This record gives sequence, C-alpha cells and structure tokens, in this order.
Amino acid sequence: MKSQYGRKLASVLPALVLVGVGAVILSQKVNAAGGGSITGTVKLSGTAPHMKGIDMSKDPVCSKAHESSPAQMENVVVGQGDGLENVVLYISQGLTGNEAASTQEPTFDQKGCMYTPHVLALDVDQKFKVTTGDQTTHNIHPLPSPTAGNIGWNKSQPPGAPPIETSWKNEEVAIPVKCNIHPWMHGWFVVVKGPYATTDNKGSYTIQNVPAGSYTVTAWQEDLGTQTAKVTVAAGSAAKADFTFKGK
Amino acid sequence: MPTKLLTWSWLVGVLAALLLAATSQAQITSYEEKGRLNTDSHVGKLTGHAQNAAADYRRYCVGCHGELGDGNGENAPWLDPKPRDFTLGIFKCRSTPTGTLPTDQDLYDTIGRGLDRSNMPIWNTLTKQERVDLVAWVKHFSPRFQKEKPGAPIEIPAEPEVTPERVKAGQDVFARVQCWKCHGVEGMANGPSASTLTDDLNRPILPYNFTDGSRPKCGTSDQDIYRIFMTGLDGTPMPSFSDNIKPDEAWDLVFYLRTLQPHNTFNMKERQIAKQLGLKPVNPNAPAQ
Repeated sequence: MKSQYGRKLASVLPALVLVGVGAVILSQKVNAAGGGSITGTVKLSGTAPHMKGIDMSKDPVCSKAHESSPAQMENVVVGQGDGLENVVLYISQGLTGNEAASTQEPTFDQKGCMYTPHVLALDVDQKFKVTTGDQTTHNIHPLPSPTAGNIGWNKSQPPGAPPIETSWKNEEVAIPVKCNIHPWMHGWFVVVKGPYATTDNKGSYTIQNVPAGSYTVTAWQEDLGTQTAKVTVAAGSAAKADFTFKGK
Repeated sequence: MPTKLLTWSWLVGVLAALLLAATSQAQITSYEEKGRLNTDSHVGKLTGHAQNAAADYRRYCVGCHGELGDGNGENAPWLDPKPRDFTLGIFKCRSTPTGTLPTDQDLYDTIGRGLDRSNMPIWNTLTKQERVDLVAWVKHFSPRFQKEKPGAPIEIPAEPEVTPERVKAGQDVFARVQCWKCHGVEGMANGPSASTLTDDLNRPILPYNFTDGSRPKCGTSDQDIYRIFMTGLDGTPMPSFSDNIKPDEAWDLVFYLRTLQPHNTFNMKERQIAKQLGLKPVNPNAPAQ
C-alpha cells in the first residue's frame, strides 16, 4: 500500500515540477509582452544643417503637390525643442529572444513624390506595405548591402497600383531606397531584431515591450551616425535614455 | 655606410611585410572563390563545369571582368558601361522576377548575344560547351548561387496576331505606366527623368533609345522585349512592371514599342498599322488614367 502511494507520488512529482516551471516561464513571457520600456528624447546640439529645397519642376504632378510649401530634403529633420525626428532606436545588445515579435504591418507611402515616413524601422521578417496615392509613376528600388543577406529588387508603381507587400529577412541598418524616376526621392528601411522605436517631431521615443534586463540601446541617424547608451529595465517600468547628436 | 644599409634593409623588411599582408588578404578572397570551383551549370542537354572554363576566362574575360570576377579588370577604368561585378550575383538579362537569380539559360544567352552599346562582344565564336562552362564559372564568383535557387521564369503566353486594336491598346499601356518618363514620348530616350538616371552603383546610365537602330541589351525578339519590361533589368533603373501589366496587355505594349523602332523587316506590320491609325505620341501632360 505504502509503496504504491510512493510510486504514484514519483510519477506525479515530475509532472508537478514541469507545470510549475512552465508557469514560471509563461509568466515571464507575459511580463515580456506587457513589460517595461525604454524612453527618452534625441536632440541636436549646435546649428542644424541647412536642408536644401527640392526642385520638382521636371514632374508637374510632384511640384503641384508642394505648391503651398516647397519640399525640402529630409536628411536631418529638427522639430520642436531641437528634437531630432526620424532617429531609430533599437536594442543592439542584451536581447534574450523572449521579446514579442512586432505584428503591426506598417506602410511606406509615396506621397507628393516624397517617402512617408522618410525612415521606416522594421523587425526582421515584419511585413510592410509600399503604397502610392500619387498620380505619377514611381519605381521602388531598395538597395541592400551585398553582404547583409537581403536581396534588392526594383518594381514600378504607376498611378492606382496595388500595394506591394513584403518583408526583409536579415538585420540591416540601414537599407537605402530610391526612386530612379524622381532622383530626389530617398528613404530608409532600418531592419533590426527585437523591439524598436522611431523619434517623433519632438525627438521623443518609447521602445515598448522590453522585458526586464540590461541592454545597450543604439540610436541611428542617417547622416549623423550612431550613438549607444546602457540601460537597465526593471519589470513593468520605464528606463530612460537620452541622446544628443552634434550638428555638423 | 653600414648604418644607411641597415636603415634600408629595415625599410625593405617593413615593405615586404606589408606586401605579404596585402597579398594574403587577396588570397583569402580567391581562396573562398576557389572553394566554389565545383559549381556546375545546365543548359539544354549540356552540363558545364566551372573548373573547365578557367583557361577561357583567363584568355577572353579577365581583362574586363577581373581575376576575382568583380568587374575590376585592367581595362575596366576605360569602359562605360562598366563590366559586370559577378560577385554581387545581380544580372540585367533574366527570365526570372526582379530580385531573383537568373537561370543558367539566361546567362548562356547573354554570353552568346553580347550586350549592345557596351564592350561585351558576341561570344558565339566559343563552342556551346565552352559557353556552358563559362556560365558555371560566372556563377562560382557569387556566394548567392550556393545559397539560392534561380527564380521561376515568368510565363509568356503565345504571341497573338498584331491588330490595330492591340497597337492602340499598347499605346494606352505606354501612357498609363508612363514608360515615357525615361524613354520619352517618341522612345528617343529623352523623357523628363532620362538625364538624372543612375545605376545601383550611382553611375550615370541612359535609358534605351528605340529610334536609333541599336539593339536592346537583353535581346531583340518579341519574347525578349516582353521579358525585359516584365522582369526589369536588375542593377539598373529599369523596374519590373509585372505587378501592373497583365500578360495580354504586355503583348499589346510589345506591338506598340515596335512602332517606335526604325523601319525594319521585323516591325513592318506594326509600323504600317501605326501609320494607318495616324498614331501620335502620347501626351505627357494628360491626367493619369
């Protein structure tokens, strides 16, 4: 009788342990999903570089879209309180692999012969759409580096063309994209692993869904380069990391 | 004197060390490339082997395409367009969708056809077997051919009969997808974007001029023209139009493009139709359809 009970216990115990361990792992995943964040602002010190105006007169459709306010280059966009727009922030060290994948499907739009957004950050394998509302033909021509493992392509989108849905297989900071028909059109795909954020017109950002841990955050700006900062995120709370790029 | 000699020998030693470092760097690259010498190719019933093409490549190709296949041969600085960099695995003339590798047949066709308005001659003086071997050799320069399969060739439906309706419809496609942005309303390579075009390496490049009697780089047959705008010419500004031109419309466009070319035996019918219809060049200022 006693030995039978012992055997039962022996068979139930490992199962109990498994369930317990499983629950712990699951709760961690839940924490990761609803977890901490990294937040801050990216600013520019010194004088902002002059952004040249764009002469779109070769394509009346494009120049008409900017009749009221002339279009300018967007390499360095400084907004309110010296905030730097279009800076991508991502975790370059410390990822555990438990981070939730980005499931949104962002849009890279061609609007008034400019790319909106100018910089699109993406998770590896995250789907995105390339759309156009312009009444002129564009060609979308991403040019990944030959060594990063992503493959470039070149597709036309005439007026009324359906969206192109695609993704990037490998990490790459960053993939330039251009339109050969409108040579001023230039944008970026920034493909990173794990959670990321892009600064708004005040230079502020928040990387959501960051599990507790210690990380290196990298800020990437297309002309000004990269900066890094070390942060420690406590479960469910926000860590702060501010960056300042020097104007050239 | 002995001190001077000492300084000299020291200098020579440093130089030799530097030289050694530089060459060993090059050797790493060629070593990697040699690891792919077992690459083969299949065209029709023929099988090509990269190592069998080494002598032909050295004799006929290396001057422009270079020892490492990177397009940096000793003649390269004087050439425009520049020789292809085989290490990238990106090719203009393909039967496969944009962003995919060409088939062995595509590379074989390019070698035999040559590339008009470039320094790449027609290599039909080489035997078929030599050309198939060279295809394998070209492939062995790029790691892409080890990792990826060629794309699936696009399907080209049987060529329909040329009719006035089709030529007219072809002109509508030309206007709708705005071929004239680069190629010009009369196909004279003088569209508004023509002068600012650059290739993937940011070098100036010209669109094809339909009117000067030159041959399109990727072939002259109706099927070749169809393929050119449906797959795009990777590495150049010419995009793929396959998402926005249906197969039947594509044939219409081929027929219209023929009307832009100078009078010849292969486009008599299309030119006659254009004349009868009194076709005028498309209006670039018309609102998009």
